[in-house]
Amino acid sequence: MNLLLAVVVGTLYGAGIFMVLRRSIVKLILGLGLLGHATNLLIFSTSEVVRDAPPLIKTGETSLEGVFASPLPQALVLTAIVIGLASTAFAIVLMKRAYAIMGTDDVDVMVTTEGS
Amino acid sequence: MNRSLILMTATRYLVPIILMLSVFILLRGHNEPGGGFVGGLLAASAFALYVFAFGIKEAQRLLGVHPLALIGSGLFISLGSALIAPIFFGEPLMTGKWIDTFELPGIGKLGTPLFFDIGVMLVVVGVTLLIVFALAGEDEQLGGGS
Amino acid sequence: MIISWPILAQFFTALFCLFFWARRDIQRILSLVGSFAALASAIGLLLQVQEAGIQVMQLGNWPSFAGIVLVADLFSAIMVLITAFMGLMIALYAISDIESGQEAFGYHALYHFMLLGVTGSFLTGDLFNLFVWFEIMLVSSFVLLSLQGNRPQIEGGMKYVILNMLASLTFLSAIGLLFSVTGTVNMADIARQLEVVAPQYPTLIIALAMMFTLAFGMKSAVFPLFGWLPASYHTPPTAVTTIFGALLTKVGVYAMIRVYTLIFNQLDTLNYTLTALLLISAFTMVVGVFGAVSQFGFRRLLSFHIISQIGYLIMGLAVFTVASIAGTIFFMVHVILAKAALFLVSGIVKQLTGTNDLKQLGGFYNNNMALSMLFFIPAMALAGIPPLSGFWAKFAIIKAALESGSYWIVGVGLFVSMLTLYSMVKIWTYVFMRARPEAYDKPLEPMAVNDRWLRWTPTILIGGLTVLMGIYAGPLMALSTEAAEQLMAPAQYIGVVLGGAG
Repeated sequence: MNLLLAVVVGTLYGAGIFMVLRRSIVKLILGLGLLGHATNLLIFSTSEVVRDAPPLIKTGETSLEGVFASPLPQALVLTAIVIGLASTAFAIVLMKRAYAIMGTDDVDVMVTTEGS
Repeated sequence: MNRSLILMTATRYLVPIILMLSVFILLRGHNEPGGGFVGGLLAASAFALYVFAFGIKEAQRLLGVHPLALIGSGLFISLGSALIAPIFFGEPLMTGKWIDTFELPGIGKLGTPLFFDIGVMLVVVGVTLLIVFALAGEDEQLGGGS
Repeated sequence: MIISWPILAQFFTALFCLFFWARRDIQRILSLVGSFAALASAIGLLLQVQEAGIQVMQLGNWPSFAGIVLVADLFSAIMVLITAFMGLMIALYAISDIESGQEAFGYHALYHFMLLGVTGSFLTGDLFNLFVWFEIMLVSSFVLLSLQGNRPQIEGGMKYVILNMLASLTFLSAIGLLFSVTGTVNMADIARQLEVVAPQYPTLIIALAMMFTLAFGMKSAVFPLFGWLPASYHTPPTAVTTIFGALLTKVGVYAMIRVYTLIFNQLDTLNYTLTALLLISAFTMVVGVFGAVSQFGFRRLLSFHIISQIGYLIMGLAVFTVASIAGTIFFMVHVILAKAALFLVSGIVKQLTGTNDLKQLGGFYNNNMALSMLFFIPAMALAGIPPLSGFWAKFAIIKAALESGSYWIVGVGLFVSMLTLYSMVKIWTYVFMRARPEAYDKPLEPMAVNDRWLRWTPTILIGGLTVLMGIYAGPLMALSTEAAEQLMAPAQYIGVVLGGAG
């Protein structure tokens, strides 16, 4: 399971970085999304993922028994997903407006604020 | 507008079921998997389905209030429940407090975490719908995001 | 309990602004009252920390290692105070500066959500919580930046959003890796765990330290990651530019200082990283100031200066002695005030003339002496002319660098200081001393009495504080030194946070 996660995380990072280097903003935002997934999975993989053993205390017991996944990274990932959702949503709205104003999604055209 | 009759008919039946399920998930989250966040997403998905079937105008009328009002009241409820402990018991912010004397059927003890969760649910519904309305709407009047 | 008041004050203000969505007049009053409450509680917090030492609050009454903690040491308290002060000043200025259309889109609520994020970042003792506060700050600032939705704002906003999202993802990856090493996200607990782990995996620690440097460096616009700042900071209204330029990059520097003093303080392992930081700071200073010298836009020039000043802050951190950190803290407060004052003056100039282009401006010395002085004093403070605040700030950092033997960086610092003076004189000559070019000479726009009060009061107060900081440099430097001593002896911080749990 850990090897699989490592391969997936690596692939996602690679794909994300490739996409971020594109000129088109749509692809750039998709790349950011991929990088976000990669990061979330990376955090998730630190929690000793075990099959069929959710970190939940059963009714009537007071502590977790046996081997279990650490619940903290899962909580962190949940929070990170929400935040990623909010900023990606804003980036998409911004992109839509940029397209409406400039008629292009090429970052190389967006240089009017760069000169002196 | 080209609307699918099947989707419209199905939506009429599905929306109340999804909303009820979201409340169930919210209350279940007290002791088992579930909670305000998932419940909120479910409820928002019901309205998103309504947007696809009937359009934004109808969905906004079904919702009745502006999503921002949901965000505001949700934050207010959550923050209020977080403030109960420091104001009345002199304990740190967000300490959980329960009424020990009686149990509500199906929910268990009534306490501040439940209200915190209800607040979270309202915020999630508000934020998600704000995004959905902003992205689906042709008039891009809402800023989106937070 | 008092530690949570500055956070709660901003939170409730933002919340009530949401409730009165359609009532701009009520929102304005709420914004002022809320900012005032935040300032009062921030003063209370600083006094409390001075008197009783580091303050800790365990949210939800969970033990520190399991829950989120709020921690206020002197450094945090100073930063919270300056944030609350700037918050109040800009809230005042914004009433005149922000157009009603933007107020209708929730300017006041967003503004306080952003300040909430900044305040929270300064007060949290939890690395992941720091990320969350960062994001609250960033998402609100995204919207504030592009609120008017015209072409320059969308273009600048795009770069700002994308670069900051990348920085956040780097930060988050670094947190994940650090968590896999230590099994905790509480900063004090991480520090305690690393005492055991760090000697075993020195390369891992260096890699992690560099990842955090990369993430915070992007947010604080150090060389070579500063491209987004001059592309975006001059596009929004002056009030927004001012609060961004004064606070947002400093949050990145704060996080860097916190992480380096508390977590990555294994000097034998991290000599390499600190040397890299020193190089980064030199390049940041030089590139920033060269960028500034070549500019002809008032606010763009000042934006490049933000970068150059960040270089000084990083230099103080990289030298890494009590004296240099103390200098950095003093410098940070100084540069927030001086930079804000200059931006506010640029806003008044823009309001009076309708332009921010240096080539089209001129003649203010003759027809508006008071405004000239309001520019001159913070400008000279920024350049480091005694007896103003900037002189003592630079003096402290440079003296610390000399004591630690990094002579070349002192040379760079002094050289940059000279160029700073040159670029300030450039603005002074173009905008104030020379007569206005005939082609652009038209009468100044009249300013309503209300606008005048709302714009001049914060400008005068902030400008006056840069003078006061110079005069009372002694006691303030003593306070910074005390804060730096707390930072450089993290055992106390760790002890207070972990308390009985350790």
